[in-house]
Amino acid sequence: MLDNTKKRIVIIGATSAIAEHCTRLWSTDKTVELVLVGRNAEKIKQLAMDLKVRSPQSTINEITANFTQASDINALVENIASNGKLDLVLIAHGSLPDQQECQRNLNTCTDEMVINGVSPVLIAEAFAGYMEKNNSGTLVVIGSVAGDRGRKSNYVYGAAKGLVTRYVQGLQHRLANTNVNVVLIKPGPTETPMTAHLKQQGAKLASVESVAEEIVNGIEKGKAVIYTPSKWMVIMMVIRHLPRFIFNKMDI
Amino acid sequence: MVRVSSWGGLDNFEHHVSYLSNRDDVTQQLANRKFNGLAHGMGKSYGDVCLNPNGQLWSTTGLNRFISFDEHTGILKCESGVLIRDIQQLFVPRGWIVPVTPGTQLITIGGAIANDVHGKNHHVLGSFGDHVQKIKLLRTDRRIIECGPELEPEWFSATVGGFGLTGVIVEVELRLRPVPSAWVDVENIPYDNLEDFFKLADESEKDWEYTVSWIDCLSKHGRGIFMRGNASKTSEQIVQSKKKVTIPFLPPISLVNKLTLRPFNTAYFHKQKYQAGKQHVHYEPFFYPLDKLLKWNRIYGSKGFYQYQSVIPRNVGADAVQEMLNQISRSGEGSFLAVLKTFGNRESIGMMSFPQPGVTLALDFPNKGKKTTKLLESLDAIVREAKGRVYLAKDARMPRDLFESGYPNLQKFLQYRDSGISSALSRRLIGN
Repeated sequence: MLDNTKKRIVIIGATSAIAEHCTRLWSTDKTVELVLVGRNAEKIKQLAMDLKVRSPQSTINEITANFTQASDINALVENIASNGKLDLVLIAHGSLPDQQECQRNLNTCTDEMVINGVSPVLIAEAFAGYMEKNNSGTLVVIGSVAGDRGRKSNYVYGAAKGLVTRYVQGLQHRLANTNVNVVLIKPGPTETPMTAHLKQQGAKLASVESVAEEIVNGIEKGKAVIYTPSKWMVIMMVIRHLPRFIFNKMDI
Repeated sequence: MVRVSSWGGLDNFEHHVSYLSNRDDVTQQLANRKFNGLAHGMGKSYGDVCLNPNGQLWSTTGLNRFISFDEHTGILKCESGVLIRDIQQLFVPRGWIVPVTPGTQLITIGGAIANDVHGKNHHVLGSFGDHVQKIKLLRTDRRIIECGPELEPEWFSATVGGFGLTGVIVEVELRLRPVPSAWVDVENIPYDNLEDFFKLADESEKDWEYTVSWIDCLSKHGRGIFMRGNASKTSEQIVQSKKKVTIPFLPPISLVNKLTLRPFNTAYFHKQKYQAGKQHVHYEPFFYPLDKLLKWNRIYGSKGFYQYQSVIPRNVGADAVQEMLNQISRSGEGSFLAVLKTFGNRESIGMMSFPQPGVTLALDFPNKGKKTTKLLESLDAIVREAKGRVYLAKDARMPRDLFESGYPNLQKFLQYRDSGISSALSRRLIGN
């Protein structure tokens, strides 16, 4: 039975810290339908239990899936799209690779390119088709400030996220005359399990609660690109425009 | 390595920090330690109870998931890094409240248990541990201990108020309490001396759930404002301002000093006296007046501050408090933040819990080196003589003999200690 009254929210990579905190904001004390998709069934289960306490009236569906094969992605998205409407889709999965390891090992490099670049793009493409047909919904993809300019410390991750940036740009162009909104999120370094080793090295990280709040508010306001924390918009503008002879001297 | 300091900001130290974020992975993370470790929540305790310099810290704030809630019994099961704030914000509108809460809600449930924190309603509801039904404790040797008031009660009694030394608390079952509204009916009554304070405290115990008082620590006779309140049955539609202010920088010297303190205290006393009477107050400003001022510890400047909280048995309470005020008044030290409160006539559930029958005085002192520690030593002497104890969650410097005389269950407690856990406080007061 399709329930058309509740807002239906699909989260791909639901156990990622940013996605988890966005989902809390979208569901707490509201009645929504959540579709939580992740790779680890036990983690998805824990997430669903938490959300059930925060949002007892909501319907929560748990799906375990792999995100790398085109055929798996097709089946996953078809399954989700055929079971209800797509009001909000957040694509949030990813990993932060060890740049050195990617330079040494091309298999690692391939895996990281796929999980951070190709996979979110394929999932977005699959959802975009359904959303365009229904002429409604908001599709949100998490990119990164790292995608704005390649830097020696993490250009493999940066290249994958750059792929996401360019892809979303094109999709926004394609769907500009429809009722489908496409939003690109570019978080700066955020305090999550993915960045724990950066913090250990003394990096200043934004809190995941504040990042999630800015994402949720930005989507509400209808922004097309959301830098969070917002200071990164300025920082990346400077970094993108630095002349190469200066940029190449920087140890970043 | 990450530099970590506690709320008092006396010092900061390098720590190896690992971040716990999945409850199923904690056992492995504890086993992987390279050094002895310590669970660390929001770091809101004042002294060194939450620090482990050059050792491992297990940061618990990523363990912030709820697990289940039974709306018939009010039993909430959650991970230990959930904040009191998270529970209050979600459940007060649904008619449930955390039964016992300290003066900040920005603390984890694990920290609230480990320090067995108390609040304004101690005489009615005891301390935090009295409302814990079950704890899941992980030991560094991979043992899992589930304990509660009836299940493994000795482990429970060691862990409640056990300042993190018995293992890492990962999951908790808490009994929330029904509350008719988010508001409190409050009455503020000025008092001119300690005798009046005790009279007010005694006569308020029966009919008022919340009692506390602000005391002007520079006044000779101990003038102050007595505050008492009850949960209100009526709500107001006023929307609470969510605005928070952050102290923007760390001043080189304490802004609380001889020039500012006396006029500030006098002005505050007279303002409150002028406004005394009955009020209808939202629970947030009532319980957590300082939470809107983020990083307020910065007002004490870069050298940080000590907090001194003691509890003195009631039979000598009035004299001992008077003597402490005399010492402080003579020194001209002290601060605006001074709290005087009577505890109820009940023993705590934890072997090492702080609350015991008597009167408790809590004061901040900007750190001025020797001058300050000397004053604190004179307060120690009064507490020792009166057979009182000093609160570990606030302490950074008490001498070992005062710790041992204040906490007679120490030897029994040590049987439950986890040998893979150590803190700055345990090394200072227990020796390892």
